[in-house]
Amino acid sequence: MRVRTPEGVSFTFHLASPVTRLAAWFVDALTIMAAWTAISAAILLLGLLSADVARGAVRIGFFVWVTGYGIVLEWLWNGQTLGKRMLRLRVMDERGLPLRFSQIVIRNLLRAIDVLPVAYLVGGVAALMGRKSQRLGDFAAATIVVHEAPPVRVDLGGIVLAKYNSLRGQQHVAARLRAQISPALAYAALQALWRREELDDAARVTLFAELARHFRSLTTLPAEVDEGISDEQFVRNVVEVVFGARPESAAVGGAPAAAVAR
Amino acid sequence: MIVDLARFVAAEEPYWLRLEKMLDRRQRDAWAPLSLAEAKELDYLYRRAGADLARVASFSAEPEMRRRLELLVARAYAEIHGTRRVGSARLRPWQWLSATFPQTLRRHARALLLTVVITLVGAIFGGVAVAVDPEAKEALMPFSHLRGDPADRVAEEEAAMKDRLAGHKATFAGELMTHNTRVSLFALALGFAWGAGTIVLLFYNGVILGAVIADYLLAGQGVFLAGWLLPHGVIEIPAILVGATGGFVLARAVIGRDDGRPLAVRLRAVADDVATLAAGTALMLVWAGVVESYLSQYHEPAIPYALKIAFGVVELGLLVAYFGWVGRGKAKEAAS
Repeated sequence: MRVRTPEGVSFTFHLASPVTRLAAWFVDALTIMAAWTAISAAILLLGLLSADVARGAVRIGFFVWVTGYGIVLEWLWNGQTLGKRMLRLRVMDERGLPLRFSQIVIRNLLRAIDVLPVAYLVGGVAALMGRKSQRLGDFAAATIVVHEAPPVRVDLGGIVLAKYNSLRGQQHVAARLRAQISPALAYAALQALWRREELDDAARVTLFAELARHFRSLTTLPAEVDEGISDEQFVRNVVEVVFGARPESAAVGGAPAAAVAR
Repeated sequence: MIVDLARFVAAEEPYWLRLEKMLDRRQRDAWAPLSLAEAKELDYLYRRAGADLARVASFSAEPEMRRRLELLVARAYAEIHGTRRVGSARLRPWQWLSATFPQTLRRHARALLLTVVITLVGAIFGGVAVAVDPEAKEALMPFSHLRGDPADRVAEEEAAMKDRLAGHKATFAGELMTHNTRVSLFALALGFAWGAGTIVLLFYNGVILGAVIADYLLAGQGVFLAGWLLPHGVIEIPAILVGATGGFVLARAVIGRDDGRPLAVRLRAVADDVATLAAGTALMLVWAGVVESYLSQYHEPAIPYALKIAFGVVELGLLVAYFGWVGRGKAKEAAS
């Protein structure tokens, strides 16, 4: 999801998929039940004073714990519960602004409808159909759930890079490719290289042919850049220049792979 | 012109790190005072990072660096453009109780009136149904002890020599609080379905109430009824109405296309009020649960009806005074 600031800068949020959110919910549900066994045991100590008071406190305590878990944690942890924290998800205002307490309350209250009729069917369908993957609670509270993958330095160590990359000597071509290829597509190509052994031969040839065809269509390539190399090798070369990696042997005397056009 | 990205990063990274540090500090304590110099610096660093992002996003850069800058700019944007009302983060129960809650309900008086009308229509329907067709009781009454003859129940309750709730009062109160709160908040949440679910629940609640009242009045048990229902009912029923008011506020935001604002803006505008009404409902039902368990279920000769009725009337008077007048001065102060 793209947000454009009043200053004219755009940035993107990666919306969490319903499956990831369900996984986070499972973690939270397990946490709630596990913690409740401890909390209820503590409350039942009131039974030493009065069994009636202990039973009453257990009934109220369970309701408060189940209802308050999401509200309190999302407020204290800035949009995260334990499950969301583990899966790197975060609830945010859909404009990218800080969450208000009332938004957290509303999205958690409307869980009562989202869980209907069973297993978050209403919420799940709403999230699958909506543009911003919002369940009804998110919709009413104007919130989104995003996946916050930390920016990591990509390690191309698992990929066999060519000692000679024809794109490396073509700064303008490399810069244009870097400009045209979106981060999502760059990561998709990287994944394809990482998982090449998992693909059967025909699928691998088709996949790399498609990727290479797309990359070639993004800019005009000098003939020498593309001459005599397979589609897969071409994709390797593109990934190398996009992610700015240089094998030590090739880096010596090579042109800077990372460049910004002004 | 092509420039070396490494040089660009080397030149800009100190500013990004400084911005990250400031944002981390704000995240640790978002309410810490910010001096004018710090605010200016934060704004400057945000704009600078934004310009850097625009540069790398418009032309070319490593995907992970672009992602890092995006996250940084997003955090700074939230910090700078996010509006927080003074004191809204920290709990201020007295401020909430003595101003926010009653003011909010008064602001939505029309929605509250609608809840009253729907409940009354339901009550009339339930009352007429029981008066015209006593057999309807079987279908309308939710609890078995309400399906019998009121006179028999009154005789049984008044002749009881021992406390039926002895050893179970707190448990019963807990059940009442959680059940009623769950139902009321559900009625509020159902407001999102264009208010239809809220209307159905309110009407159903009214039908039961009307049926019970008609049944006891027709059996000549008006005093018992008043002594039984008034102590907790004067809080419990308004609590349900307050929750349903929140549902209608939500419904109006969903339906109200006439004001020209997008749906998300309308929903955001009512979020604080809906949350306030939900919290108020829960709070009122805690009190109602205690009263129902510890007072309402005890009748003459244990507790005189007159005392119970007087208790209910005083509660109702206080409730009307609370919602009618508390916080008015503060509202005028804020407006001026």
